[in-house]
This record gives sequence, C-alpha cells and structure tokens, in this order.
Amino acid sequence: MQRPTFLRHAAACVVAAGAFAPVHAQNDGGSLHGNFSTDAQYYLEDSIIGAVMPPQRFAANAWTNLIYTNKNFEAGIRLESYEPPLAGYPAGQPYKGTGVGYRYIKYTMADLEVTFGNFFDQFGQGMAFRSYEERYLGVDNAMDGFRVRYKPYRGIYLKGLMGQQRFGFDNGFTKGVGIVRGADVEINLAELMDTSWTSAGNLIIGGSFVSKYQADNSSQLVLPENVGTWAARLHYTSPKWDLYTEYAYKINDPNNRNGFIYKPGQAMLVNATYSVKGFGASLGAHSFDNMFYQSDRTSPSAFDLNINFLPPLTKQHTYNLPATLYPYATQPNGEVSGQGELFYKWKKGTKLGGKYGTKLAVNYSVAYALDTTQLGAADDTTRRLGYTSRIFVPSDRMYFSDLNIELRKRVSETWELALTYLNLVYDIDIIQGKPGKAKVYGDMFILEGLHNLTDRTSLRFEVQHLSTKQDQGNWATALAELTFSPHWFLAGMVQYNYVGNEDLEAKGQEPLAYPLGSVGYIRGGNRFQVNYGRQRAGIFCVGGVCRQVPASNGLSLSITSTF
Amino acid sequence: MKVLTTLLSFALLTSVALAQNPSKLPSATVQTLEGKKVDTRTLSNDGKPMIINFWATWCAPCKKELNAIAEKYAQWQKETGVKLVAVSIDDARSMNRVKPYVNGQDWDYEVYLDPNGDLKRALNVNNVPHTFLVNGKGEIVWQHNNYEPGDENELYRKVLELVGRK
Repeated sequence: MQRPTFLRHAAACVVAAGAFAPVHAQNDGGSLHGNFSTDAQYYLEDSIIGAVMPPQRFAANAWTNLIYTNKNFEAGIRLESYEPPLAGYPAGQPYKGTGVGYRYIKYTMADLEVTFGNFFDQFGQGMAFRSYEERYLGVDNAMDGFRVRYKPYRGIYLKGLMGQQRFGFDNGFTKGVGIVRGADVEINLAELMDTSWTSAGNLIIGGSFVSKYQADNSSQLVLPENVGTWAARLHYTSPKWDLYTEYAYKINDPNNRNGFIYKPGQAMLVNATYSVKGFGASLGAHSFDNMFYQSDRTSPSAFDLNINFLPPLTKQHTYNLPATLYPYATQPNGEVSGQGELFYKWKKGTKLGGKYGTKLAVNYSVAYALDTTQLGAADDTTRRLGYTSRIFVPSDRMYFSDLNIELRKRVSETWELALTYLNLVYDIDIIQGKPGKAKVYGDMFILEGLHNLTDRTSLRFEVQHLSTKQDQGNWATALAELTFSPHWFLAGMVQYNYVGNEDLEAKGQEPLAYPLGSVGYIRGGNRFQVNYGRQRAGIFCVGGVCRQVPASNGLSLSITSTF
Repeated sequence: MKVLTTLLSFALLTSVALAQNPSKLPSATVQTLEGKKVDTRTLSNDGKPMIINFWATWCAPCKKELNAIAEKYAQWQKETGVKLVAVSIDDARSMNRVKPYVNGQDWDYEVYLDPNGDLKRALNVNNVPHTFLVNGKGEIVWQHNNYEPGDENELYRKVLELVGRK
C-alpha cells in the first residue's frame, strides 16, 4: 500500500514544482528538469525460435529522472519501475517493483563540491574505481554515500569518497554488503604552470587508492577484510600526439571469481595516438591478471558490485551482425590484448577522393589468455596462491581477433556508399561461457547505402553477410529504412540464419528467418518507436559490458523524453 | 500498468509545464582532448548561437549527423557565427579513439569528452544523438533527439531564426 501513496505524493510534488518553476526561473535561477524513458513489450508465443514468454505476457522497464538546480545547489531523484522487467533484463541481480533508484543532493562552494547520496564517478580510466550506469544493460553500481571534490590550487584536483554500491532493485535500490572508500589526486601540469594551452604539450599525472571492507565470515579460510588497490596514471598530450598509461595493483582478494586464491592482481593499459587533419592512428595494449574487484567477495555474478572497470580493447561495432553476434568482453581473470587503428580521408579533388572525398578506417584487435603456471596442490598454502604469471605475457590461446576495413564514399550528390569487410576469430567457450563449443571463425561483408530522395526524405539500406562453419552457421541480414526528417521513420529488417553447412544441419540446426518492422516518431526531445516481429537472441553491449538478450516475438514500444 | 500511466502522465505534465522555460547550461565538468577540465557553465560563443551535440564513436547515426553538418559547417559559421560543440560520451573503452577519429574525419568542431556521463546526466540525455541549441544568452531554446538525413537543415533553420534571419 505504501507504493501508490508515495507515487501520488511524488507526482503531486513534481507537478506543483513544475508549475512554479518558470516563476522561480525568473526570480533566482532555480529550475527543474528531467527525462523519462520506457521500453515495453507484449510477448507472443513462438516456439520455433525458442522465444521467451514471461507469465505476465507484458513487461516494461521505465525510468524518470528529475533534477532541481538553484545556484550552487542541486538535487536529483530517479524513479524506476519493473513490473516485471523485460525478459533477460538486467544483466545481474534481478530487479522488481517500483521505487527510488537513485537520489542525491550536491552543493558547490567555490572550489569545493560535496555530494550526498548516490553518485557516479571514476578515477582515471577506472581500473581501480568506476561507478557507472548503463541503463539499457541493467548495469548500475552507483555509490550511495558521500563524495568531496576539492581544487586547492589551479591544476590540482582532489577527490575522496565513501559508501556502499547499488546491488539490485526491490521496490527501491538495494545495496551490497561491502563498503568502498577511495581517494584520488590529479595534477595537470600545464594548468599548474599556467602555460599556454594552444601550442605546448601537457602532462597530467594521477594516483588513487581504493579500499573495500567486508567482514570475514568464513569458517575455513582467513580472509582479508580490507582489500586495497592503488593505481597510477600518466597522460601526455600535444596537438598531434596523445599518450595514456594506467597501472593498477590489487592486494590478495580471495573471491568467487578467482576461486578464492590469495594471489594479488595487476592491470595495465597503454595507448598512443597520432593524428592530424585527415589522418588518425592509434596503438594500444592491455593486460589484466586476477583483477575482478567486487565489493562482495561472494557476489553471485560478474555483473554486480564491480568496483573497477577493465575496458575491452576492441572496436565496438555499429552494424547489427558484428555488434550482436560475437562481441568481445574483457576477461578480468587474465588477458593480454592489443589494438591498432587507422583513419584516413582522401580529400575532395584528389585521385582517390574524387569529387566528394573518400574515407578509410582500418582496425585490428587481438586478445590472448594470460600465460599462467598452476601452483602444485601438494601444499595447501602454495595452492592457495593459485598460479604464477607475468603481466603482458600471453599464452598461445587466442580468445579473439577482429580485422575490419571500412571504405565510405559519397558517390554523387544524392548517394553515399560504405563497404565493410570483417574477419573474426571468437572463443565462444570463454567469452560467452559456453564450454566445449568450437571456436568461431567468420568472415563478414557489409554494404550500406544512403540515398537522399529529397531534402527531407532518404532511403538507407544495409546488406550484411556472415559466413562461418561453426556455432549457428551463416547469417544474412537486410535492412531498409525510410526517413522523413524531422519527424518520422519506417524500417524493416530481415535476418536469415540459413546455416549452409551439413554438419550443423545434421545437429538439427534449421534455417530460420527473423522479420522485424519498426515505426518511429520524433518531436523535439521526445521519441517514440514501435517494433513488431521476431527478435533474434543476441548480445547487447554498451561501452564494453554485454548482456545476453533472449529470442522473442511480439510488439514492443520505446519512449524517451527529455524536458 | 497503473504505475506506468502515472509516471508517464507526470512526465508529460512536467514537460508541458517546463516547455516554455528557457534554461541555462548546467554546470558539469568535461575534458578537452588535451585533458583540460572545463566547467560547462563557462561554454559560450560570444553572444552567438551554439549547438551542443552529444555523440559517440560507436553511434552510427551520430557520426552521420556530424559528417553531414561538417560539409556545411564552414558556410554555417560564415553566415551566422554559430559554433558546434561535440560532446563525446565515449567511456574508458573508446575515449582514446576520439581524438584520432575526430582528426581522421577532418572535423572543425570544438570537441569535449564526457566519459563519466556528468553533462549527459545534467542535461537529461537518454540516448545519442541528442542536440541542443543554445542562444546568445546561454539559454537552451531547442532540442532534438535522433538523427535522420535532413535534420541538419531543420537545425540550421532554427539557428537562422536565432540570428534573426529566415
């Protein structure tokens, strides 16, 4: 009974505040803004594709954020609703019910900023600490506690924070058992020396220390209750060059993910880029060793209560087949990976550039397992140290490789074409946790065309093909999208899994088609989209974290609004 | 369903109530490609209109939009003095790719990184691309979510209206 009362109350407050906001805005600068979004689906039965069918038949995720700001004061709240959530959502701990998912107050006094309640933050690129949300994946490890940011002198930035992490959602967010504390310092030399920004290079150095506390509740092991991680980073930039490196070290942290071994963890990333107008190149390398860092050592899944973030070093694809069939996910327990990338633009009027210019993008990434030597089982103390390894020394087990080349060219006033080739090696056993499944070797070709029919109307199409002898065999995808700027779009997509391989057919893999139609309407900050048809099981990734989405059939609706 | 309707209706009510209320850019910290921290409240274009566009290297329509505008940007600047501020929401995974990508595309925009999503949250952006138009007084006067070819013409019409030309 509490819930509806609260909501009526909240709704009344908001409407009242909204009604007065314009008056406020003129008087003292206070304002209220927010957003709303929902993804809802009505599920239909479809046993051929193994579609999910929740007993409620209708499911929806919904969020609304409200932020009130007045001069140096800010307060925000997010309400969330999962009655029930979409099938396969979220990635980790289940969400249910309706309630408050996030709330905070923040105020700034000159160079000091204080936040109370929930907040997101990161130290450097996050290898020691990152709290963030990816709403569409259901990943949210928001801190609940307090944070202080202080700038004692120009170019010097200090941060300190403490709290617990968001875990699941049960008519309101729930928290993990562990406590997380952290401090970070960053020194920006060009700012400190007050040199000119436009010409000279800049050097930024940073360091952080993070610690988690969880009581030792084991009767068999002596567990560390406070587990610290420190990290250091260096960032050099000049107009053409950019060099970034970060290193993190974690003391022994026996946990579910590493089989309760007492080995310390390490992580390092290095990235260098060189770019001038029309040309960009980058080279990067990562290595992770025993670096799962969760605020509950017995966390049920790899998605929940992560304190740090280990970015995967692979390109995040935008086309449907490469993006959702075989995307890579970081292996925090052990990985050595590298990536090289190049962008080039042949300018207008050159031989290869033609009348409109031509763009080339080449990207190669590869990931290997870390080379490890298991320690003997004879002595329990030694065995509990797990294995020996050296950072950046790979084993011969390749987890992933991806070579992709894209050429994009406007061929006439009204036509633009893009051609992509992609070669893929994918260790599905490790990356998707499907033990015993054969490594996937695939080739893809993608052709995309955009034709402007008028100033406001355009037709875009994609034809994608994946050939592989493993997993589900071949896939072909065709997509057509008709857009009427600035309000409407109409799209149709068919994905066809036609196998084309006797071995797989013998195992019962049958050709299957997945048609899907969409209509969308956009007006200002509001967007509405309706889909109808079959959605293939796939992997949905944002920012480097991936969630498995089950196959489904039905009618779905998405609304997003910003006000 | 009841909850959904309630949420939906108060969201819409609030949006109606606030639709006419011009608001200033909120305060959030973003970084330049050189690693300098910038308070977004200090962003300005000397009394001329400013476009704030949220994008990411992994977002295909975003890149289409910025490439479409890039072809007309020199002319837009000449005619109206408008400035485009491109805010990348790429996180730790891909933020290192932003600088070589931007240069590789030969863009002339003012580019900022928002890896922690601070400005994205402060402006209540749900998804990218999302575009805001800011007038010479620093007030947000128009916004648009999504990108369809031709949307850049609509955006430019709004810019022309701001500088008093149609």
